[in-house]
Amino acid sequence: MSIDMAQFHQVFFEESFEGLDVMENGLLNMDPGEADPEEINSIFRAAHSIKGGSGTFGFHNISEFTHVMETLLDEMRDGRRPVTADAVNVLLASVDVLREMLTAAQEGVDPDEARIAEQRAELERVLSGSDEVEPTTPATEKAPEVPAAEVQPVGWRIVFRPHQHLLRTGNDPLRIIREIADLGELEVVCDISDLPPMSEFEPEDSYLSWELRLDAPVDKAQIDEIFEWVEDDCDFAVVPILPEGAETVQAAPAEGASTPVPEQKKPELKVAAPPVERRQNPDRRQNPDRRQGGDRRATGAAKKGAGGSSSIRVDTGKIDSLINMVGELVITQSMLGMLGEDFSMDKLGRLREGLAQLERHTRELQESVMQIRMLPISFTFSRFPRLVHDLSQKLGKKIELRMSGESTEVDKTVIEKIGDPLVHLVRNSVDHGIEPPEERVAAGKPETGVVHLSAEHRGGNIVIEIRDDGRGLARDKILQKGIERGLVRPEDNLSDKQIFELIFQPGFSTAEQVSDVSGRGVGMDVVRRNINELGGAIEIDSEQGKGSTITIRLPLTLAILDGQSICIGNETYIVPLVSIIESIQVRPHMVRHVAGKGETFRLRDEYLPIVRMHEIFGIPDARATRIEDGIVVVVEAGGRKCGLFVDDLLGQQQVVIKSLEANYGRVEGLSGATILGDGSVALILDIPGVMRLANELSGMPETVAMTA
Amino acid sequence: MSDEVHLSLLGQDHEDDAQGSQYLSFMLAGEQYAVSILRVQEIRGWEPATRVPNTPAYLKGVINLRGNIVPVYDLRLRFGMPVREYTKETVVIVVRVGEGEEQRSMGLVVDAVSDVLVVQDEQISQTPEFGAAVPTEHICGLASAGDDMVMLLDLESLAGGTAGGEENAA
Repeated sequence: MSIDMAQFHQVFFEESFEGLDVMENGLLNMDPGEADPEEINSIFRAAHSIKGGSGTFGFHNISEFTHVMETLLDEMRDGRRPVTADAVNVLLASVDVLREMLTAAQEGVDPDEARIAEQRAELERVLSGSDEVEPTTPATEKAPEVPAAEVQPVGWRIVFRPHQHLLRTGNDPLRIIREIADLGELEVVCDISDLPPMSEFEPEDSYLSWELRLDAPVDKAQIDEIFEWVEDDCDFAVVPILPEGAETVQAAPAEGASTPVPEQKKPELKVAAPPVERRQNPDRRQNPDRRQGGDRRATGAAKKGAGGSSSIRVDTGKIDSLINMVGELVITQSMLGMLGEDFSMDKLGRLREGLAQLERHTRELQESVMQIRMLPISFTFSRFPRLVHDLSQKLGKKIELRMSGESTEVDKTVIEKIGDPLVHLVRNSVDHGIEPPEERVAAGKPETGVVHLSAEHRGGNIVIEIRDDGRGLARDKILQKGIERGLVRPEDNLSDKQIFELIFQPGFSTAEQVSDVSGRGVGMDVVRRNINELGGAIEIDSEQGKGSTITIRLPLTLAILDGQSICIGNETYIVPLVSIIESIQVRPHMVRHVAGKGETFRLRDEYLPIVRMHEIFGIPDARATRIEDGIVVVVEAGGRKCGLFVDDLLGQQQVVIKSLEANYGRVEGLSGATILGDGSVALILDIPGVMRLANELSGMPETVAMTA
Repeated sequence: MSDEVHLSLLGQDHEDDAQGSQYLSFMLAGEQYAVSILRVQEIRGWEPATRVPNTPAYLKGVINLRGNIVPVYDLRLRFGMPVREYTKETVVIVVRVGEGEEQRSMGLVVDAVSDVLVVQDEQISQTPEFGAAVPTEHICGLASAGDDMVMLLDLESLAGGTAGGEENAA
């Protein structure tokens, strides 16, 4: 390996410690006797990742130790071994030992061998303790480090015996052998003794095994690495060939592996294939299969990293612009520095100019740094087309996924934490919401169901909506279930909303059939908890037979929006650019009065109400009171349009949304505030709120406000 | 009203620091008020705030406090005292109220800051009842500084009463 693996060690350690925490928590939650298989699974997965990682990075003592734990966990997972308090305790203690080993490896000191051996003996005691246990087979145990440490072997003898199902896992023995051949000269002997008679031959099974002799003084780790992806699906043993012909065959597996290393060939049982000669491949090309495997690992790592909030993926464009800005800042600074060397009053103009430049660069820099934390929500949304596609295939439904507002920028934290809850909700919609095609046709709906996923900034919040046109929530069934479970009393008079609230109770599921897609009742409570953790809220709206809408509202702590600054009197407000359709100057003759009160004007085919901002906001010194003196900004929100009458338009700019609620509270008509370039505060208009205000204050008839 | 309330100026009576609490006192229409010094975040000169529409008059507006939007209340208006032009002595005391997640900052416009006082807890006397004419719900006690009486402000109740439209928000 030409890559310096040491650079990844830190990541490995971080991941492993996280894995240990997962294992520990899982073990602590495990009740002896009745363990949740999912719990064991997650512990197993954590152990497996640690094993894989430590093997890759050459911490063989750790991978060996973890392997024993994994074997034990595997048996528990398969139900071959009961979960006893004793076993759990031993596993917990093993987690502690493992943590010590990892810490030792991280600090580069020698671990406490005695303690490891002791704990390992404990584990093996538990492993061998029960009779119902099948012998633990995977012979992946590495030979004790003797050879590597003392005599450098000149080659390796490898016995590779795939399990029958190896091919079905997508692994190809030939690829593995080729990869070993890349390491050096390889002699391959194939053992076809296990081949069944033709009548019993199963084409998808693997019956061959191989004995390989690799004549190259490579590291054992390199060979182990090749087998890493199949180690659970085969038996393999690696024995060093020592120099001077002194072939001390070392019994590889420590604990009764099923693959004893054959000391000599048994020609009568084997058909020796002609030794496959392979020239050493100078440019060891990477096998695409392996690379894929590597990618899989990388994704796993990225996912794990998300929990630790330690890193962020940033668009290189953003970084480039940051670097540019820092460059400009440095230039400005040196210019100011030179100016300061011998300053005289006649250079005042240049000083001012320099300071203004400095201010601008600093501000831009600040904005760009803020931008880094903001990511488009498409990061989260992008996984859904595939998910919905796969699920609909599986469930035999026709579903179209529509998405909108993917470019809505949200804080990185939100991106990370919202993914799982959204997956859950979309799954629910697909599985429970949308009906099978026949049922839809029978109900007079189009055969293809629609799941609509949208995100937008609304009223100072990010609103994510999952809307489907399926069967909706079964209100009565939920109520009945709630009564059964004693959550509500039959005599309670509950509103639909209150009833829908019930599905957020832990363990609540009304699915008639528990599928592997959803319906286990694990979930909605977790979804709500996750969203609450983000400071958000979730709401369900549903109509039987018509569909449901789930609305997630998340606060904007650090969102950025494109805004149009407007001025009214001496005050400056920001109108979100997305809401603006156009800005026009309205002439008095275009204005009509409805019922003597509400002002409207005609814009092409529509009559739009005019909202005089200085009136609804009580701004005393507005310059424009006559319609022809100001500007009408036509805005749209929630399918309604209106014209905001303001004094003037200023500029367009990106603004960082600051919460008004953090220190004060909500104000109708405002979605937040922002800080302008000069450090002063400008308020951001909430268009739906402004429309409501206008309706209330001017008594504008609703029919006019609702333009056709 | 004050039966031997012991009160001393900071720096003259260090040994009392351990038992007493420190208060920042300020002037408001000729009267002396004080807030617990632990609540005080900073003191700033008055600078124009951005008016927030459709809010009570005593909310002068919001200011940018190092990137946070902080509301500024005029205490004279809050307590129904006569309005006075802001001078160069007019200051904004920024205080923190609430705990943890609920913690909020707010600015209070006062006529002038006077002093830091040490007040013994047991020597704070109850606010006497004045009847409905004088609002006393935001005064949590009385103490005396020399010849003057100091009213200790209850910031929590003040914040509760001024916290905008939060409760009636959708």
